[in-house]
Amino acid sequence: MAAEGKIDPMHQFAIEPIAPLHIGPYDISFTTSAAWMLVALVIVVGFMAIGMRRELVPGRWQMAVEGLTGFIDNMVQVNIGPEGRKFVPYIFSLFTFILVSNLIGLLPLAIIPGFHPFTTTSQFSLTGVLAVLSFSMVVIVGFWRHGLHFLSLFVPHGTPKPMIPLIAVIEFISFMVRPFSLGLRLFVAMIAGHILMEVFGSFIVNGLNGGGVGWAVGGLSFLFIVFVVALELLMCVIQAYVFALLTTLYLSDAINLH
Amino acid sequence: MPQITQLATVFASQLFWLAVVFGIIFFVVGRRMVPQIRSTVAVREQKIAEDVEKAKAARAAADTTEAEWRARMDEARLEAARVAQEARRQIALENEARIKAALDKVDAKVDKARQRIWTSVQAARAELETVASDAAQQMVEQLTGLKVGGDEAARAVAAELQMLGGQGQPDPAMLGKGKSKRAASRAR
Repeated sequence: MAAEGKIDPMHQFAIEPIAPLHIGPYDISFTTSAAWMLVALVIVVGFMAIGMRRELVPGRWQMAVEGLTGFIDNMVQVNIGPEGRKFVPYIFSLFTFILVSNLIGLLPLAIIPGFHPFTTTSQFSLTGVLAVLSFSMVVIVGFWRHGLHFLSLFVPHGTPKPMIPLIAVIEFISFMVRPFSLGLRLFVAMIAGHILMEVFGSFIVNGLNGGGVGWAVGGLSFLFIVFVVALELLMCVIQAYVFALLTTLYLSDAINLH
Repeated sequence: MPQITQLATVFASQLFWLAVVFGIIFFVVGRRMVPQIRSTVAVREQKIAEDVEKAKAARAAADTTEAEWRARMDEARLEAARVAQEARRQIALENEARIKAALDKVDAKVDKARQRIWTSVQAARAELETVASDAAQQMVEQLTGLKVGGDEAARAVAAELQMLGGQGQPDPAMLGKGKSKRAASRAR
């Protein structure tokens, strides 16, 4: 490694305060993370606002916005049924927020010195809250609609009588794991991709400083990183879709039971 | 891992700003904009369905109208052909009648003329017979000194003329000849 080339791939995930702010005992300082959440907010609202002309013959932007709402609408309709219409706003907000947050985290803004994008969805403090939100919605909707009958979710149809206690325990554990898997999946996918890009990026930088063999390694790393970025773009969309889809499926469980 | 080391210090801030941002997205975008966009799409789809229905109805109507028009056209064409045929037949009949009338008139004229000719010939013959019997009386008187009665002379002359063989008589066949020729041409 070159003398000054100590590159910390984890540094990109550090949250830095921008403006300190306190309410009572709580520190709610405006941070880099908060700033990027606001960027996502602006993009989502701006995108929707452009497509809000509501003309009978839609333009391109209106088509794009209608395509997005139609996509979520369709997903909810297919997985939950007609009763799912109530949940479209929530699923839509979830999908667009995660998608935009994922994508802006990939913007190559680091070419501006002293500036780098921050991926809010690589913080489990954020994905976890979203997952808990989805999970609590599932639990509340389930008990609201079915009362204690909601617990029959843990006993699938056709379970032999003697197996019921065992199955119920397994089902209960798998049910309780849902918020963790939901939040961690997104968080891990994002952090892993970003670390991978950072590591191979550092290989390029260090390789260029390291002479003949280093150049070869750098070149290979460059090729590799191109594919990783393409994969990451795909991952951004897939993870947003998976998060929204799983929330929909869990809600479907709560509404339709099995 | 900053996510873990910083968790205690930044969690409140993360939660607060997420609540703000996601809340705005949920209430402004999810609750306000999305239903409006869905209603726009629904309105459009309904309009398209209606228009398609209308277009289908209009096409059906156009098809019926065309079929009716075609039937009427066929009928009219048939009627026109019939009328033309009838007119042709009428005209032919009229022409025939007119030609027939004209020919009848011509025939009558010809017959009358023939009659006149016949009368003249008869008159001429009678005259001839009188003249001939007178001449015969005188010839007999001068040659033989015999006096022949007028009646006797006339009889002799008539007998003589008869013996000469009807050459002076108009030929009845000749009278019908011209007529039969015309009849033949008319039959054509």
